[in-house]
Amino acid sequence: MSDPDHDLEPDADHEPANDGQRFDRLPATPADREVAGRASREEVLDWWEERFGIGRDFLDGYSFWEKGAGKVWVFNGEADDPSRVEAIGMTFLRTRQEHWKPTTRAVQRFGGHATRNVVELDPERASRFAAGEDQDLPDWDGDWGYLIVAHRIAGGTAPIGVGLYLYDELRSVVPKGSRADLPVVDR
Amino acid sequence: MNPLDRYETLVDDVDAFRAACDRPLPSVVRTNRIKASPVRVRDAFDEAGVAYDPVDWHDGLFRLPDGNPGGNWPHLHGWTHGQEEVSVLPALALDPQPGERVWDACAAPGSKTTQIADAMDDTGTVVANDNNLGRLSALRHNAERLGVTNAIVTNQDARNFSTKPLAFDEFDRALVDAPCSCEGTCRKNPDVLDEWTLDHVHGVAGIQKGILTRAIQATRAGGTVVYSTCTFAPEENEAVLDHALANEACEVVPFDLPLETAPGVTEWEGEEYDESVTRARRVYPHHNDTGGFFCAKLRVGGPDDHAGETEVAR
Ligand SMILES: C[S@@+](CC[C@H](N)C(=O)[O-])C[C@H]1O[C@@H](n2cnc3c(N)ncnc32)[C@H](O)[C@@H]1O
Repeated sequence: MSDPDHDLEPDADHEPANDGQRFDRLPATPADREVAGRASREEVLDWWEERFGIGRDFLDGYSFWEKGAGKVWVFNGEADDPSRVEAIGMTFLRTRQEHWKPTTRAVQRFGGHATRNVVELDPERASRFAAGEDQDLPDWDGDWGYLIVAHRIAGGTAPIGVGLYLYDELRSVVPKGSRADLPVVDR
Repeated sequence: MNPLDRYETLVDDVDAFRAACDRPLPSVVRTNRIKASPVRVRDAFDEAGVAYDPVDWHDGLFRLPDGNPGGNWPHLHGWTHGQEEVSVLPALALDPQPGERVWDACAAPGSKTTQIADAMDDTGTVVANDNNLGRLSALRHNAERLGVTNAIVTNQDARNFSTKPLAFDEFDRALVDAPCSCEGTCRKNPDVLDEWTLDHVHGVAGIQKGILTRAIQATRAGGTVVYSTCTFAPEENEAVLDHALANEACEVVPFDLPLETAPGVTEWEGEEYDESVTRARRVYPHHNDTGGFFCAKLRVGGPDDHAGETEVAR
């Protein structure tokens, strides 16, 4: 077996493996899990509920899929075996790591329903956050870890993206391609 | 040769046509109602002092006289998408409904896919296909920014598109926003006129016929196919429809667009096309101060086959 590719072929005797090239539906519950390490639908729904208070009423209609190690996608259409498509819905959540991390776009799309772990920044801080800057945030008394970062705009609050809160500091984890230097809008 | 010379016999006012083609186009953004209402976008622009003008025929469109459609908060939130005015027409003609199955055959970079998803309230399934993987990555970026969750993205040649990766094998509607010689975009990108060749027109017309044929075949009887281009060339427009009418069970149907248009032409350089192609709409730059465009709506199934027309409940 000198051909290195052979090492990548899943062995028939082994458990089914996660294939980073295809979309697979998340199992309904941990008991239905066949692929080691794969998050279940129940755990995903519980996570949004526990972390951000985004209840099942908002997410129950969607299906969830894994492609790549731990990348979970959210989809609202019809699919049975979309294994070989380029994308299905949008990226939603990074699992298979100690602290699950929502995507910026998922937070923008669904974060408006959150009731906790949302930090609302003033106009000046919001602009710095959108530009990708880290900032001190000594007054935060919520959880540590990934937070939804929001600001006031046009008569309401809107989520900007994901922040990582550690030791009185709020790090911007807005991906490079989505950052922007925006003017401070005083309201 | 300037290809626009060819079309002087087709337009009502040659001087106005040529003058409009020489003027640059303003930046325009479309409101993404998946995330915000036009009123909220307007309020955010007001708050930030971003100048905008409404577009009288579409309440979700705003012209930005100072340009820079990406340099403001509504864009960062995915409330807006930069899209030329005429580019919103095909999805209006397609009129996709919530819960349907829709195919966007030539979808990248996704302006119309995301508009279709919006019109479907982000429900049902829109299959966004393109044969160019690099352009598909731009589509994926746009779909994510706008928060579209009902799209499946595929990378196939639309001419022999396979529905195998899908949960169904027929669409309710399909959009063919075809690759073309793009003269209609000359106000944004004057280079298209220098790069234009008749050989390219003939070559791309063959591709267009192949894609439109597949779209008709992949759509259920009674379903809708919209064919659009941003060229004035009848070889790429009415001739493509004429080919579909001759070979597939379909008809060109009348439809309304909310701006001034001219009918499709039935004669061009010695060729004659089916009379019904006059139901297609030509959009000339001088009529509404936009880019140039062509749009036709087809109903799939022969003239006696109206059976599939009732709404499918699912
Ligand atoms: C006019 S552009 C589409 C614009 C897009 N509908 C939008 O609104 O953003 C035409 C597209 O057709 C694609 N294309 C060209 N030949 C194709 C083929 N045979 N199959 C599928 N897509 C094709 C090109 O890559 C290009 O992205």
